[in-house]
Amino acid sequence: MVAAKEYKVIGTRPIRHDGTDKVTGRAQYGADIHLTGMLFGRVKRSPHAHAIIKKIDASKALALPGVKAVITNADFPRPPEGVGVTDEGPPQPWRFQVQNFLAENKALYRGHAVAAVAATDVHIAEDALALIDVEYEVLPPVLDVREAMSDNAPILHDDLFTKDSAPLADAPAKASNIAAHTQIKRGDVEKGFAEADIVLEREFTTTMYHQGYIEPHNGTAYWGRDGHLTVWNSSQAPFVFRNTLSSVLQIPAQKVTVIPLEIGGGFGGKLYMYLEPLAALLSKQTGKPVKMTMTREEVFESTGPTSGTYVRVKVGAKNDGTLTAMEAYMAYEAGAFPGSPVGGGMNGIVAPYNTPNVLVDGYDVVLNKPKTAAYRAPGTPAGEFPGDAVINEIADMIGMDQIEIRLKNAVKEGDERPWGGNWGPIGVVECLEAMKNSPHYKSELQGENRGRSVALGYWGNAGLETSSSASVNADGSVNLVLGSVDIGGSRPALAMQLAETLGITAEEVWPRIVDTDSVGFNFFTAGSRTAFAGGWAAYELGMEIRKQMVARAARIWECKEDEVTYSDDGVIHGPKDSEGKDRQLTFKELSGQLNRTGGIIDVSVNINKSSVGPSFAGHIADVEVDRDTGKVQVTRYTATQDVGTAIHPSYVEGQIQGGVAQGIGMALTEEYHYGADGRMQNSTYLDYRMPTALDLPMIETILVEVPNPGHPYGVRGVGEVCIVPPLGAVQGAIAEAIGVRFTDLPIQPQDIIDALYDE
Amino acid sequence: MSERIVITTTINGERQEFLADTRDSLLEALRDRVGLTGAKEGCNNGNCGACAVIMDGRLVNSCCVLAAEVEGAELLTIEGVASEGELHPIQQSFLEEAALQCGICTPGFIMSTKALLETNPDPTEHEIRFWLSGNLCRCTGYDKIVRAVQSAAETMRG
Repeated sequence: MVAAKEYKVIGTRPIRHDGTDKVTGRAQYGADIHLTGMLFGRVKRSPHAHAIIKKIDASKALALPGVKAVITNADFPRPPEGVGVTDEGPPQPWRFQVQNFLAENKALYRGHAVAAVAATDVHIAEDALALIDVEYEVLPPVLDVREAMSDNAPILHDDLFTKDSAPLADAPAKASNIAAHTQIKRGDVEKGFAEADIVLEREFTTTMYHQGYIEPHNGTAYWGRDGHLTVWNSSQAPFVFRNTLSSVLQIPAQKVTVIPLEIGGGFGGKLYMYLEPLAALLSKQTGKPVKMTMTREEVFESTGPTSGTYVRVKVGAKNDGTLTAMEAYMAYEAGAFPGSPVGGGMNGIVAPYNTPNVLVDGYDVVLNKPKTAAYRAPGTPAGEFPGDAVINEIADMIGMDQIEIRLKNAVKEGDERPWGGNWGPIGVVECLEAMKNSPHYKSELQGENRGRSVALGYWGNAGLETSSSASVNADGSVNLVLGSVDIGGSRPALAMQLAETLGITAEEVWPRIVDTDSVGFNFFTAGSRTAFAGGWAAYELGMEIRKQMVARAARIWECKEDEVTYSDDGVIHGPKDSEGKDRQLTFKELSGQLNRTGGIIDVSVNINKSSVGPSFAGHIADVEVDRDTGKVQVTRYTATQDVGTAIHPSYVEGQIQGGVAQGIGMALTEEYHYGADGRMQNSTYLDYRMPTALDLPMIETILVEVPNPGHPYGVRGVGEVCIVPPLGAVQGAIAEAIGVRFTDLPIQPQDIIDALYDE
Repeated sequence: MSERIVITTTINGERQEFLADTRDSLLEALRDRVGLTGAKEGCNNGNCGACAVIMDGRLVNSCCVLAAEVEGAELLTIEGVASEGELHPIQQSFLEEAALQCGICTPGFIMSTKALLETNPDPTEHEIRFWLSGNLCRCTGYDKIVRAVQSAAETMRG
């Protein structure tokens, strides 16, 4: 580890503030809420992947004792044409957003919500679903991204026309499943391929993958008779949800309070609302609080997975490993509504390398599957994996080490980014050197059917708005008020940055996440932004507290403020007294005198910094392939990552290890199996098959610290880039083990058997 | 259709009587009738282990047990693992080893670990991974959980 600067609190491993509640079962998650007189809601879902809804008849359901209300899309207020949901939320047109809450006239995927019911008991609500009669006219579904793009594909939305990043001569006249086309272009790829000694072109596919958070979605709402809506839930974006609820339900923002409870995992999937507006409308109709939770099957079938993809990539290289050109065509499934993360894939494939000539085309395509949601470095794993696979193949062809070929082409500070601008300080070379020098890479691979390979990952990270406040207590402790939810350790990371600034301990700061009435606007907990942006806010809060503490000390010592200094260990020094003695007060001592020097100190800040540091990661995977069963076991795994500054190294390591596990799942076991009718055939955990403890080795982490100059403590986001390299590293290791370069993920045992025993 | 029954059981050492629907799973009864929400629903079909409790000394997924089946049984839930004012060594190890991120799977992992260490006080890494493969965690990649179990086992062996 490269320690850039000496800190007292940053870099230590205190016990997290919310830990005890979480190991004793006391922490309150969304589904744990219980309100007086509460009703339970359930959702009626389409059994068809594509169908016109002719009629919904809820009369039998409403006649069942205990059933209090049934709602459909018609219960949403109609907004003026062309109104967006919110300036601060995802840029979804109103109609698409509401149509995903409850289908309007068409069901667009199996599991699409059609109606919702509230009853006095959850079992009664479930019984009522069977009594809601829905008449459908079933349409042929389109389930493959390339088929959805073809001219004769069934069209999902007759009002969806292709948008192009380049201005088109003529607006498209025909509705299309291709929602958008975007492009990254640099230099001239034809010239680049002409200069190459080797040109390699390959096609790749990945299936949809679910984020797989263990806590299903939930939402509880109470619409009071005063018109105030209160929502309790687990989400990554309480403020964005508040604004969206305000917009789609057409009530003023100050009349919506979202109370975030603990969140049981999100990985991007809990940036999107499903249940809360339904619970709100059901509460409005019944006058009672309504709680809704999803089953696991609903989570798989009806909430956002990430895109299934088709990627074609062509790479040109010289015999010494120098890359001359990279061309890629990326088609990403958006699901039933536009908005796939194809941009993440487009950036990811070109980011790590100084390829002079680049052309990447990306397509956002709708089809009859659930609307995709963000999933950890959205779009990047599926987009960057093909680049890694082809570069590893080229390295093998020219007899070059897979790390060396990357070192030869790696981007460094000052290099031009393919999409414009220049890279700031980044750690690609540092990660590659750390990989090369790791005990893992230096170890010898022993045994048959074993292979080792490497891959890189890129993620840009996000800044965006954070509001936060802090107050100093008379005993010298500090309360830190946060509006971004804690999805995996941000409370300690932010408390530690405030403690570092003030020169106190992490334990002396108590961080609390509050509701949307109690702090200013915070954007989502996503984009690896929380430790970065919240840390900036904590630093600014700390500096303001220091300034005010200095003023108080000056008042006590009857001197000028500029004669007082606040040192980093939390001791406030004044000018010598009349006897020539040093005058000083500790943070704690001065805190006890605030009340009589002007009152308590309570400060708040709002920040919106764009000075994020991008993240790069480099991983090494060893696998062993069982030629009889086709099972692939990951036997050793090392992840290096430029983490900027590791605030709480345990949780940085934890983020990396968790991302690696999800990436290995993408490479080997996780998959959406669809039947031709558009029905997901494996909507249970056992059949979807996320990695278990038995599937994984210990995951070695090497934290490379190249501080981000755009942050007072050098913080870069750490949570996302780690999911990117496992796909290429595992696929490459299998290639080294058995000589088969798979192009379609996941690589299941049957695929191995089929490839080995072709005859 | 709904029918209610009275169930008498011992939960975390206290005798409890509660009214449950005959269709309630033990998980639903604990959470919605008794008010103990430490056991979590992740899948409701025994795949994820987030609802694990110990019933008459045996580890069970409470979503796969009917409430009616616990008549006369002794149950230990996550709420009963810590003693007065002090965490159990497994809970302490999970904190010290940073073996949780979102924490939703943690109650289940702690119950599973307790059941493991009571029968096998010195498990190998492979035995730990095998035993815990009935508990899914999506945040940690299991590395720090396995280390926390190793550390708790060491503490408990004394």
